[in-house]
Amino acid sequence: MIVAEQKSLEEIRRIIAPYEKVLLLGCGTCVTVCGAGGEREVAFLNSALRVAQAKSDDGVHNFSEYTVKRQCDFEFLDVLVDKVNEVDTILSLGCGIGVQVVAERFPDIPILPGVNTSFMGMAKEWGVWDERCAACGDCRLAETAGICPITRCTKGILNGPCAGTKNGKCEANKDMDCAWILIYKRLERLHQLEKMRRYYPPRNFRVIPRPRRIVMKADIEQGEDNG
Amino acid sequence: MANSLFEEKLNSNGFLVTTEIGPPKGADVSEMVHCIDLLKDKVDAINVTDHQSSVMRFPSLGGCLLVKECGGEPIIQVTCRDRNRLALQADLLLAYSRGIKNVLCLTGDSVDVGDHKEAKPVFDLDSVQLLKMARGMESGKDMVGNELKGTPQFCLGASVHPEADFIEPQLIKFEKKVIAGAQFFQTQGIFDLESLKKFMQYASQFNIKILAGIIVLASARMAQYMNDNVPGIIISQAIIDELANVEKGKGLQKGIEIASQFIRTIREENLCHGVHIMAVGKEGIVPDILEAA
Repeated sequence: MIVAEQKSLEEIRRIIAPYEKVLLLGCGTCVTVCGAGGEREVAFLNSALRVAQAKSDDGVHNFSEYTVKRQCDFEFLDVLVDKVNEVDTILSLGCGIGVQVVAERFPDIPILPGVNTSFMGMAKEWGVWDERCAACGDCRLAETAGICPITRCTKGILNGPCAGTKNGKCEANKDMDCAWILIYKRLERLHQLEKMRRYYPPRNFRVIPRPRRIVMKADIEQGEDNG
Repeated sequence: MANSLFEEKLNSNGFLVTTEIGPPKGADVSEMVHCIDLLKDKVDAINVTDHQSSVMRFPSLGGCLLVKECGGEPIIQVTCRDRNRLALQADLLLAYSRGIKNVLCLTGDSVDVGDHKEAKPVFDLDSVQLLKMARGMESGKDMVGNELKGTPQFCLGASVHPEADFIEPQLIKFEKKVIAGAQFFQTQGIFDLESLKKFMQYASQFNIKILAGIIVLASARMAQYMNDNVPGIIISQAIIDELANVEKGKGLQKGIEIASQFIRTIREENLCHGVHIMAVGKEGIVPDILEAA
């Protein structure tokens, strides 16, 4: 899932400053799971903003809140049409995709981001999320025992550990496991160390040129066959 | 035929001695030139580091040009941290065209350990891919197969960490570097000759030259600091204790003594093909170490 972190109250107050009526818009998928922008966080942010406003005595904002099932799909945004007409801006607590889909759907109103979209990852334990995929477009997990060196090695290198690893940890962060030590141990356990002995050539950064787009080939071909 | 003076020495059976200079942080190279003059006739080649520990400095390529101008034999350290494959190939072409043919291919330290922590880490290639890239250029083609006008020839080196606390994956990578074209290796700092011996039992099956890395320590505090902060350094408690037990102000002298003793033993017992002395920041003591060894 996509993992995000809510921006600081201070930054949110700064970016909404020019607008009077603000719709706080949550999203019911990834950011709900990682506790950054779901219904609960929207309600909490609404209260926090009101309190901050009352304390600072510059009560110019009028907040409303709503959470859609998914911000990253036009079909879930239709319910917002009336609400959008009544506000000056939308502060989206969806990920960067959500923010942009809302912007694309409602071209006449400013959209502001309320979270920093951080990475794609997993909940390691409650409250701790770890990055797991860099969406590189050229998955090599078959060769690395299901552990991604592009994401989990600070240098994203492909041919084994650098010399900076110590106690199984990374030179960049002593709390982080060295991805290549993990890969070695798991390949050894699976009797697949020959995969580590292979040479891996430099990555192709144009596997999918930026900005990336995928067109579903199977359906089109099937459609053509049927037609 | 050898591509460089250093390669000629690699091909001979003599005991090799290299050292390294860290370029200045700034445009004043006078001290560096002084160092080069001091060292150039006492060693077989001088490495110039490439923003060591990811701290921004005068560039390795510029430093190697100075070594050349002073009449020394440079080894350019090239890391993958700051340049993508276009820039790396271009720098190698420039290096070759100016007579810098010895190249130490490194992945490079993480940006996180340096002084520009917010910089974008590049790592378009890793050290194995860099070696292969340089070897590939010798066939007269760039990485994508386009023809080069003028074909460079290099003497390629790499690094290896015989004292890594988990050695097996390091040995796999070492072998990949050999296959990719490394002719010589300068090891990370050696603080335990037993681990060097063990490594050499493995490494001697390959037709390459190994230069044991010798780091000169100036105090127990420095040793502890390096253990905690410098990637890949593992200094034994025995050496830290030895440094801690000397009179105040005599630490560097002790460090020189330890380094000299290591070098003497390595040479006398023929443990490997030479040494690479790392005394960055106090390069001036290298002649004393060699004298004592």
